[in-house]
Amino acid sequence: MDRLAFDIAHFLAGGLVLISFVLLYQDRLFALLNAYALQALTLAFAVAWQAHIQEAPHLYITAGITLVFKALIIPVALHRMVARLGVHREVETVVSLVPTMLGGIGLVALSMVVMLRVTHGADPLTREDLAFALSVVLLGMLMMVTRTNAVSQVVGFMSLENGLILAAAAAKGMPLVVEISVAFSVLIALIVIGIFLFRIRERFDSVDLQALDDFRGEHR
Amino acid sequence: MNALAAYNIQIILFLPLLTAAVLASLKSYKISAAINVGSALVTFVAACSLLAARPHSGRYVLVDDLNIVFVVLNTFVAFTTSAFSASYISHELETQRLTGAHLRFYHAMYQLLLGAMNLALVANNIGIMWVAIEVATLTTVLMVGIYRTPAALEAAWKYFILGSVGIALALFGTILIYMAARPVVGEGLNGMVWTELIQHVAAFDPALLNLAFVFLLLGYGTKVGLAPLHAWLPDAHAEGPTPISAVLSGLLLNVALYAVLRFKLLMAANAGAIAPGPLMVALGLLSLVFAGFMLYRRGDIKRLFAYSSIEHMGIIVFAFGMGGAIANFAGLLHMTMHSLTKSAIFFAVGHVTQVKGTQQIADIRGLTTTHPFLGWALVVGVIAIAGLPPAGVFMSEFLIVSSTISRAPVLAVLLVIGLLVAFGALLLRLHGLAFGEPKGETGPVHASYLPLAAHLSLVLIAGVYLPPPLVAWFQHIAASLH
Repeated sequence: MDRLAFDIAHFLAGGLVLISFVLLYQDRLFALLNAYALQALTLAFAVAWQAHIQEAPHLYITAGITLVFKALIIPVALHRMVARLGVHREVETVVSLVPTMLGGIGLVALSMVVMLRVTHGADPLTREDLAFALSVVLLGMLMMVTRTNAVSQVVGFMSLENGLILAAAAAKGMPLVVEISVAFSVLIALIVIGIFLFRIRERFDSVDLQALDDFRGEHR
Repeated sequence: MNALAAYNIQIILFLPLLTAAVLASLKSYKISAAINVGSALVTFVAACSLLAARPHSGRYVLVDDLNIVFVVLNTFVAFTTSAFSASYISHELETQRLTGAHLRFYHAMYQLLLGAMNLALVANNIGIMWVAIEVATLTTVLMVGIYRTPAALEAAWKYFILGSVGIALALFGTILIYMAARPVVGEGLNGMVWTELIQHVAAFDPALLNLAFVFLLLGYGTKVGLAPLHAWLPDAHAEGPTPISAVLSGLLLNVALYAVLRFKLLMAANAGAIAPGPLMVALGLLSLVFAGFMLYRRGDIKRLFAYSSIEHMGIIVFAFGMGGAIANFAGLLHMTMHSLTKSAIFFAVGHVTQVKGTQQIADIRGLTTTHPFLGWALVVGVIAIAGLPPAGVFMSEFLIVSSTISRAPVLAVLLVIGLLVAFGALLLRLHGLAFGEPKGETGPVHASYLPLAAHLSLVLIAGVYLPPPLVAWFQHIAASLH
């Protein structure tokens, strides 16, 4: 394999993991959304680069969807929503920053160990991309469980999904990648519309899921 | 009839979609409800014709012994639930909990859900199966939130987030399966075609398969409602319309279970991979015991039966995890009986909560005095689901316990403890619900009892007499499941 092609793919995939860490330590919502847009942009480049080196033109479609939908439309829509609904601008966390970051480092180490060990048959580029992808998925999950705020949970989910798209693009010749990325876009669009339509702010006075827990009905 | 048999697979897949489009544009809810029932009936008949005229399996569609059971059961419960739903929604419209626009949406979503579940069951491609299960999840999320009360929205949101994470994990597992298949079956579409995978799985890299199965079990296991990933299930059952609770418990959990079974087959066919059984046994037992204890503290009647669904899915996953001809047979039987019984219970509960205007168990008493048919139907249903003879659930539970005793006595003890705990909780609640001084509204019920009676009589008959062809058929599947 061409050395430069490998390095660029490696750089872009590694960038995704790095931005996942950036997402983890944001304490303001707008900064979080900007960091997410940056991650989606990086993913678009990573997928486009995979399309180029695998000579798989259909991946350009996935890259295009990522660029337009996830790097532009979704962050802008969430920005406006946060402003209009008057959501708290701070990100409230369950676990404080340092243990979260340490946990994140542990998860990345775990996914490297696991993925590199089980994929020794595959070519180096796919192996490393899958390891990075699993890191992004696990970091996205970590973000979802350590945040109490609905918007930042959604951002966590979307970054998790970025990892999945990276994995799907890296698995050479995988069918249905475009269909899966469209299906995910529909899912995300519905989540975002859901926040807006359900007007969580109006009904609960906050988008804080702890406030929602009071409506559980278990104590009635 | 011949045309129905000739195009059965097309009907199963496309009729629900077509009906969904028609229902979305129809204003009159009475006509919509009738079309909903009619379309579900045609789909059910087409599914039955799969038994006689099995279509040729291609790269996208697969019909084998295993999924025919699921398809027939699914379309049958979908049909009876649509009949129950017709009488349920007219009451919701009267009490103005739902408007005409809501109902158009509701009916269209109902059919879309059926189409997506059928697609997930007959897809011969693990990618398409994943997309179909995602669509099915989304439609149920939308229906759970349809009442727009804070509790309903919270339930829908929780279901949404947990379901999405489960689905994301399942996709990662699917990608890993493709990675494992690629060196053997080559790049492109074949790497996701189920029949190709099962043919060549012996040569796949076991380490990759192991990792993939962990992701798939956790991912689809979330949708099955296995503890500790079950948190969405009680809320979604309690806050949505009751027909949706019946469909969730009776059908959607089975579809996710079907996905787990398919991947279990893959694992079993590879000599180097870990045995999937112990993982499933552990998750199944955990769900059973956990849900058994949770049953005691429920104050909401729909939540109570939602926890009972977790308990029974735990038993089923346990049975398939144990494997072997008897346990697999019992697992299949238990799944069928649970679907029929649990949806019957939800039919009864739906009418009860409409009459009483509440879901609180404390406010519902003495049903057998005020509403004899409904009350006794609930008694029969709960006795059946608790596993007392002569219902079909008793037979399958007995088979599971007896086959476990001979192979793993320690597990059998845990299993029996879980069963007894759940049994006690259900009977305790039933006594208050059905007997004693009547409490709450005692107005008449406007209900069609036909779906309820049909399900319960099927369950009771199955407990006494199983037709030999059915037994032979289930035994054949059980043997092929390893």
